[in-house]
Amino acid sequence: MVAKVIVVTSGKGGVGKTTTTAALGAALAQAGQNVAVVDFDVGLRNLDLIMGAERRVVYDFVNVIQGNAKLNQALIRDKRVGTLSLLAASQTRDKDALTEKGVARVMKELRDKFDWVICDSPAGIERGALLAMRHADIAVIVTNPEISSVRDSDRMVGLLDAKTVKAEKDEEIEKHVLLARYDPDRAARGEMLAIDDVLEILSLPLLGVIPESRDVLKASNLGAPVTVASPVSAPARAYKDAARRLTGETVTMTIPSDKRNLFGMLFGGRAA
Amino acid sequence: MSFFGMFKRSVQGTAPVARERLQVLLSHERTVASESDLVVVLREEILAVIARRVKVEFDNVDVRMNCGEVVSTLTVDIEIPATLDAFTPAHA
Repeated sequence: MVAKVIVVTSGKGGVGKTTTTAALGAALAQAGQNVAVVDFDVGLRNLDLIMGAERRVVYDFVNVIQGNAKLNQALIRDKRVGTLSLLAASQTRDKDALTEKGVARVMKELRDKFDWVICDSPAGIERGALLAMRHADIAVIVTNPEISSVRDSDRMVGLLDAKTVKAEKDEEIEKHVLLARYDPDRAARGEMLAIDDVLEILSLPLLGVIPESRDVLKASNLGAPVTVASPVSAPARAYKDAARRLTGETVTMTIPSDKRNLFGMLFGGRAA
Repeated sequence: MSFFGMFKRSVQGTAPVARERLQVLLSHERTVASESDLVVVLREEILAVIARRVKVEFDNVDVRMNCGEVVSTLTVDIEIPATLDAFTPAHA
């Protein structure tokens, strides 16, 4: 089994990298794939919390790198989706705890064990972010329809094309935009950058559009990926579509909505 | 802003402004980023070569790139010590 390695990155903080890592990882695992999600944010780990596994972390990424634990001991299997595992980051303040050699060794081990390895990058362009992207085959660049986020995404494209193993071997790293926190109504009123604006500016293909939704915060409150906490919610459907596109399926691009139409309002159902 | 200008802006929204600002900014940043990477690398490598023979301070090596529409130029300005005591012969 040789996994595909995805890095979920953005440059800017708070755009939805960790939410995306958890949701895409869970969506792929729910479809029967073997998935590991890996937190690269040493010192500020949060993927464990979003996944609801914060009290189950015994060993972490740094322990595995330093040889204090085996990879199998550090991987935390999700209680709801059996094919989903988490490798937590360490809370150490030593930013150099992740070594380039150590990361390469652990990534190789993960590749042999899983179908997908999803690396949750820290914000910024420092060491942790560069190590998270280093071994990736595919980059998912999470972007909000807001100028500072788009600018930072553009910066990440440059780094992905220069600092990854693939780039150094003169191979093309596959790059996709995932547009998160999108509000179709505001975009229609011209108050928010539209999907085409962002795609044209970044000249990258679109993996999916995640609508702004209350369900994302609800899921994080509960400690479950949004595709697990509210599987039929608009963001969950958007993430599931994005996951299917990653596996090579052709899925028509739509922006799922929770809005009820008149029929739905009358009968309490949901409109697709 | 005129009365009509205010009216137009409120109808059109602020997204077109955001789009235009981004396009201008990124077209600039993309060239600057690729240039500055090249300039940094060239500066280090030139310094390493010169330093094998002459003592040069890092700050005394100035590498600049000027990108024109037709021709781009690279200017390298290296300040070396006035006396040649600093010179290291090839087989020293």
